[in-house]
Order: sequence, then C-alpha cells, then structure tokens
Amino acid sequence: MILGKVVGNIVSTLKHIKYSDYKLLIIQPVGPDNKPKGKTFIAVDTVQAGPEDVVLVIDEGNSARLIVDDKMAPLRSISVGIVDEIIKDKR
Amino acid sequence: MKLAKVLGNVVCTRKVSSIEGIKLLLIQPVDENLRNIGDPIVACDTVQAGPGDIVFFEGGREAALGLDNWFNPSDATIMGIVDSIQTEV
Repeated sequence: MILGKVVGNIVSTLKHIKYSDYKLLIIQPVGPDNKPKGKTFIAVDTVQAGPEDVVLVIDEGNSARLIVDDKMAPLRSISVGIVDEIIKDKR
Repeated sequence: MKLAKVLGNVVCTRKVSSIEGIKLLLIQPVDENLRNIGDPIVACDTVQAGPGDIVFFEGGREAALGLDNWFNPSDATIMGIVDSIQTEV
C-alpha cells in the first residue's frame, strides 16, 4: 500500500461495467512527510475520500480485485482508507 | 489507471483471434492538466471512444481482463470516457 493525496475527481458516465459503482479519484503519491513523489494516477474510490484527503492506495491488481469481490474485475488501483495522521518516531 | 487523449483510429484487419472485433485507438497519455506524458500507444477500446475524447485506460494484466475474452494480448484497454476533471485550485 502507498500513501497518496487526492488531487481531483474524474467524472465519467460512459465506463466499463465493472467500474459503474465506483467514484474515480486522481491520486498524487506522497511520502510520509506529505511531499509529492512520482506521477499522478487514477484510482477507484471505496471510502468516499475527497480532494485534499490523504488516502491509503493499493496499486496492485490481485488485492484490488479482492476488495471489490470480483476475481476478474479489470481494475488495479483502489483507495482503501483515509489517513487521519501519521506518527513518526522522532529518532 | 491513467488519463489519455484519443488521437485516432488504428485499423487492423488481420489480428490475433482473441482480439478480433475489438476496436483499436491511438492514444496519447496525458496528466490531469492534459499535458502529454511520453509517447502515444495503441489501446483496445471497450466504450466506443472517438478521436478528441479524453479517456482513462488500464495497463498490465488488468487491460486483458477488460475485454470479454480474458485470454487476450492487450496491454492497454480504455475503460471509460471522461466527462470532466475537477482538480483542486
């Protein structure tokens, strides 16, 4: 799982049938210090996250298919949690 | 998943039997501000997109699962047409 910041929504009416129940978010991967790293990507949302939220994202197909309970769903990136805070050891 | 802009159609009469009847489109991957990222690629289409449309596509193994016949050699499949993108200001 990676940390990502929600930077936007995507509205799409015409989409693959397996995507029809889900919201789409634009995710910017971030480090533990909230600094952006890497390129943005689109993830399916299951936790009703919104812009500015830091979310926990799975970017791996098998786990994502497990979450949506469909062995053959064609999706890979899925947000599975909203991060409240990250507590780092001061050492 | 990534965003892309459809540049045009790819017509291909002879292809592997598992992607027969599947429409192919030439797409240019873009970021959320619609700036180009990398080179154009050819993707299978499931939503009847056309040139000029902004779409999102899936790559890797999931691209193959997007088509009706799961055992196919697609490495990019268009999963939806984007109506609008809302990014934070």
